[in-house]
Amino acid sequence: MSEKKPKKEVVPRAKMPEQDPDVRRRNFIEVPLGLTPEMAIAEAKRCLQCKKPACVDGCPVSVSIPEFIKLIADGNFSGAANKLWERNALPAVCGRVCPQEEQCEGRCILGKKGQPVAIGYLERFAADYERKNGVGTVPDVMEKTGKRIAVIGSGPSGLTVAGDLLLKGHEVTIFEAFHKPGGVLVYGIPEFRLPKEIVASEVATLEKMGADIQCNTVVGASVTIDELFEEGYDAAYIGVGAGLPRFMNLPGENLIGIYSANEYLTRTNLMKGYLFPEYDTPIARGKNVVVLGAGNVAMDSARTAMRLGANSVKIVYRRSRDEMPAREEELHHAEQEQIEFVLLTNPTQFFGDENGRLTGMECLKMELGEPDDSGRRRPVPIEGSEYKFDCDLVVVSVGSNANPLLTNSTPNLNLNRWGNIEADPLTGKTSKPGVWAGGDIVTGAATVILAMGAGRAVANSMHDYLTIGW
Amino acid sequence: MAKIVYREEMAQGTIILNEIEAPRISRKAKPGQFVILQAKETGERIPLTMADTNPEKGTITIIYMVVGKSTAVFKELQVGDEYYALIGPLGAPTHVENVGKVVCVGGGTGIAVLHPITRALKDAGNEVTTILGSRNYDLLIMEEKMRAASDHFHICTDDGSKGHHGFVTDVLKETLAKDDIAMVVAIGPIPMMKFCSLITKEAGVKTLVSLNPIMVDGTGMCGCCRVTVGGETKFACVDGPEFDAHKVDFDELAKRLASYLDDERASMDAHNNCKVQ
Repeated sequence: MSEKKPKKEVVPRAKMPEQDPDVRRRNFIEVPLGLTPEMAIAEAKRCLQCKKPACVDGCPVSVSIPEFIKLIADGNFSGAANKLWERNALPAVCGRVCPQEEQCEGRCILGKKGQPVAIGYLERFAADYERKNGVGTVPDVMEKTGKRIAVIGSGPSGLTVAGDLLLKGHEVTIFEAFHKPGGVLVYGIPEFRLPKEIVASEVATLEKMGADIQCNTVVGASVTIDELFEEGYDAAYIGVGAGLPRFMNLPGENLIGIYSANEYLTRTNLMKGYLFPEYDTPIARGKNVVVLGAGNVAMDSARTAMRLGANSVKIVYRRSRDEMPAREEELHHAEQEQIEFVLLTNPTQFFGDENGRLTGMECLKMELGEPDDSGRRRPVPIEGSEYKFDCDLVVVSVGSNANPLLTNSTPNLNLNRWGNIEADPLTGKTSKPGVWAGGDIVTGAATVILAMGAGRAVANSMHDYLTIGW
Repeated sequence: MAKIVYREEMAQGTIILNEIEAPRISRKAKPGQFVILQAKETGERIPLTMADTNPEKGTITIIYMVVGKSTAVFKELQVGDEYYALIGPLGAPTHVENVGKVVCVGGGTGIAVLHPITRALKDAGNEVTTILGSRNYDLLIMEEKMRAASDHFHICTDDGSKGHHGFVTDVLKETLAKDDIAMVVAIGPIPMMKFCSLITKEAGVKTLVSLNPIMVDGTGMCGCCRVTVGGETKFACVDGPEFDAHKVDFDELAKRLASYLDDERASMDAHNNCKVQ
């Protein structure tokens, strides 16, 4: 019998340093502060360097996870960032907003008995390190193919498609309707969760790789897809997002002080309303705020309202805590920041004053009944349980419908009955030759990384088309 | 891009005309459509319906009234300066066809919006009666262009300094009484549109208005510009900006336009203090 090996000391998973909840709920500075190099190296050394890494299977864009972690463990942080770029054009973004617990970290073998490697923290660390300390190296691009691609929409899927096709040597123009590129990364996700400087830096990397970014161009209005083909583009990718906010059609919903989450977040993030009057776009600073909905966007809205000076912020949701669709981390952060969850409750109407300003609302209590089509127990109203309370700001965050602005102006593009584009789930090909689509305009509102995953598949299919044929 | 190539001050400097380089937009734009302008990175996005386009020159013309901080910043831009952002053409174009006799009623900067629509209606073969109104004659804009686009032309001033001494609604009533009018287009301040609409509703004449709610993106994404039309919520940026006047809830629109009055005052004060310093 061989001598028993001394038992290896168990190193605990790195804990992300964060701003104190009582301080951060009143500022727009990023909540997690990032790992130190020492913490990152220690965390990277926890990785078992599996021969068949399950984490990579869990990643929609198949990042070379063990490889980049090994580089961090060796202290080669720039090398790690470059390794990330090979598979992911936006590592600093993904390290922050991906639901790692359901993806890479959810598959990590260490997670079976203990805690998985903090892959997200490490991805963020390497990308941040390179942005702050790097010499500005840019991923190598292949020999020019002479093919021109129009990417419509500069959100996460569009940027992924652009990044991949640039790497393969194609010429890429990105068209963006807003005055700044990034889509939901700049108008939707708040500064305290994803600093805009980081998005700008990731976009700048694409520009250094050769991307031509044309802001203020509304494809479908300023120019149509068919006209882009006439201008000499060889292929087009549509990644314009969902983009038509849903309201609840309740009495009083057009009172002043009731916003869609899209408007509330766009005014605050893209237009920098939180810096008013230094920036000109105003945003209502509610004292008693109610957010309707319980997804990630609802949490972003609630936490924004707290930072804009609210005394009380309530999330009103018709199901129970278990059904809240937001990431656990977002729910946790919201609760830490004193956001109140009012569950099993549904709004019924809003009240206003003679000037049309919101003063309060009425809700109805719910109980869980039989499971519905989604397998979740259906909330059923409790008769006579209506109650009224005061509020001066409501953010409606119950999802989006497909925006018809582009699709209406594009002949031969098949849509489903909700107005979303029909695209091949594997390749993203649409019914219109030379045109691909992905992200929320295909799937309906989803997550950043799913959109990026779609972008990756599309880029491969477009590359095949440009080099082989449709 | 978005460079100002011609600029004119009208109505004693309270209304400004800018002709702006925008080749793509000028080729696409149709009467009734709007653009969104932003003067600088820190600025607001302001929707303005186009007063004219020149596809050969690659320019569009917008006309705005100086009312707050954002338009005060617009006013500072001179020939050769560029807007930070300009997008368009947005919104649904006016449906133009030959319906016979039409009346176009305009007030304030609404006259600028009305101009390309009036011209298109005349070009389509309609007999056009135009009624323009202002507080006094000095504040009236685009008189000659509108006269040229009309078969019959009236001016109304509140103080009687020119034309009919009174409101546009007086002349509208007379016109509806003596002629068989198929359609009315009314564009101007909300009270003007509201009262024109009340008169034409009584007379049973189809009426279009162009609405100017507050917007952010202008492409349907935010829902800021929602208006109640026929009891339903519509987004003016994609469903409009033109609607059936008889179905519009003008009172709600007026209230929603006042959403940020206090902020606008604060913004203007900060701007003026800044200039004093």
